[in-house]
Amino acid sequence: MGQDFIQSIVSALGGTFKDILPIILVLGFFQAVAIRKKIENLPSIVFGLVLVVVGLSIFIVGLEKCVFPIGTQMANQLTDLNFLTSGDENVIAATKDSIKIDPAIYLWTYVFAFLIGFSTTLAEPALIAVALKAKEITTGAISAWGLRISVALGVAFGVTLGVYRIVTGNPLHYYIATGYAFLLVQTYFAPKMIVPLAYDSGGVTTSTVTVPLIAALGIGLAANVPGRSPLIDGFGLIAFASLFPMITVMAYAMITEILAARKRTADKS
Amino acid sequence: MDVFPIILVIAFFQIIIIQKPFPNLDQILLGIVLVIVGLFIFILGLDSALFPIGEKMANEFATKGNALWVIFFGFALGFSTTIAEPALTVVAGKAGALAAGAGAIEDNQESIDSFVLGLRLTVAFSVGTAISLGVLRIIKGWPLIWFITGGYSIIVITTFFAPPQIIGIAYDSGGITTSTITVPLVAALGVGLATAIRGRSPIIDGFGLIALASLNPIIFVLGYGISVYGLNI
Repeated sequence: MGQDFIQSIVSALGGTFKDILPIILVLGFFQAVAIRKKIENLPSIVFGLVLVVVGLSIFIVGLEKCVFPIGTQMANQLTDLNFLTSGDENVIAATKDSIKIDPAIYLWTYVFAFLIGFSTTLAEPALIAVALKAKEITTGAISAWGLRISVALGVAFGVTLGVYRIVTGNPLHYYIATGYAFLLVQTYFAPKMIVPLAYDSGGVTTSTVTVPLIAALGIGLAANVPGRSPLIDGFGLIAFASLFPMITVMAYAMITEILAARKRTADKS
Repeated sequence: MDVFPIILVIAFFQIIIIQKPFPNLDQILLGIVLVIVGLFIFILGLDSALFPIGEKMANEFATKGNALWVIFFGFALGFSTTIAEPALTVVAGKAGALAAGAGAIEDNQESIDSFVLGLRLTVAFSVGTAISLGVLRIIKGWPLIWFITGGYSIIVITTFFAPPQIIGIAYDSGGITTSTITVPLVAALGVGLATAIRGRSPIIDGFGLIALASLNPIIFVLGYGISVYGLNI
């Protein structure tokens, strides 16, 4: 089994090198043609590039052989009819027969989606950096923890709603279009200094490890829930996970602003 | 870093809720080691080789280069970093396998590979285009909200003509692309430009590039879907 992994990594090296090559060419070209300076510490740069190719190959094999299967396995187990119905044969037969399934029986799947979204976002290094910057820009009006928790809640709600959509099979674009319409209206009323940060938090939160896991969860769910197609219904969770943090971060800023205004009027009187 | 909460949540579910041993546990554990070690080496390499050069170059272009060069550089940077993005590689591969499995494209390695490569090139091209458009926007000082509202209007309209097999992948592609390699380099370009041009805010303009880079792939991938599967009328 270990050999199998090593073989996969070695055969991934060529592909990874090809994927990295455009960046090397772009940087090399502009360095030579436009900047026309010699690169300092060339040997250490070359060593760094070797690290990138080797690390990326190992990482990609890990994503394909571990993170993706974990997402799929969790989807399989959480939607397993024996698990959902505690093995009640009558209920299993009824669920299999009925075309319309009760979305409520997937309760544990929603809980799982919520917890995965919340915990991975809270631990996301890129978000920690953004949160500290936010505290600095707003001179402390937005606390770093407040921002991190609002983003994490946003991702958690987003993924959970996305899972519900897969279970029900509603069209994805209805949800997303409504979400963005809401976001635009909210942008109009939100404190101006939070807007760029809120929009940024959408893209920042979906990291390299979380994205494949969530994608695998969605595809696995669509493969298991009766009447869903993985290709048509399985994708979309990442879109939810990028949209909802923007809404919750703006909501957080609006609430802090209202609370601060109340405090000021209370202090005056 | 973000691997540990995943392990925690899954272990909790496996032991308390599902109460069964995890399938293929030994393979999964070995895979987790690969993910942690691989990501560590990968980021170490990025920090010691690509990021210093890329950030310095982005800064240099932003402060000294003429507009045409910066726009061209923005395209090249967006395109090349997106092609290397690991999450895109993995998810695009899965999308190709699913499309073949569902009979949407021919079920052989050659047609899967060409579908996946086409998808990745489309996303990379769209990020490149978004960055050059974003750079032009910063130079001209056009309001970002025009692009956001305009972009989402195009997405909504295009969605009505797009085949259902592509909509999910298209909407996801925006979030997938803005990741480990792309974000730091593109943000460096945005912040550099905004600092160099009078009257621009590094916060607003630095982020604006990322916002466009997550919006544009949706439009382009919808278009890719229409070109592969045909119009949905």
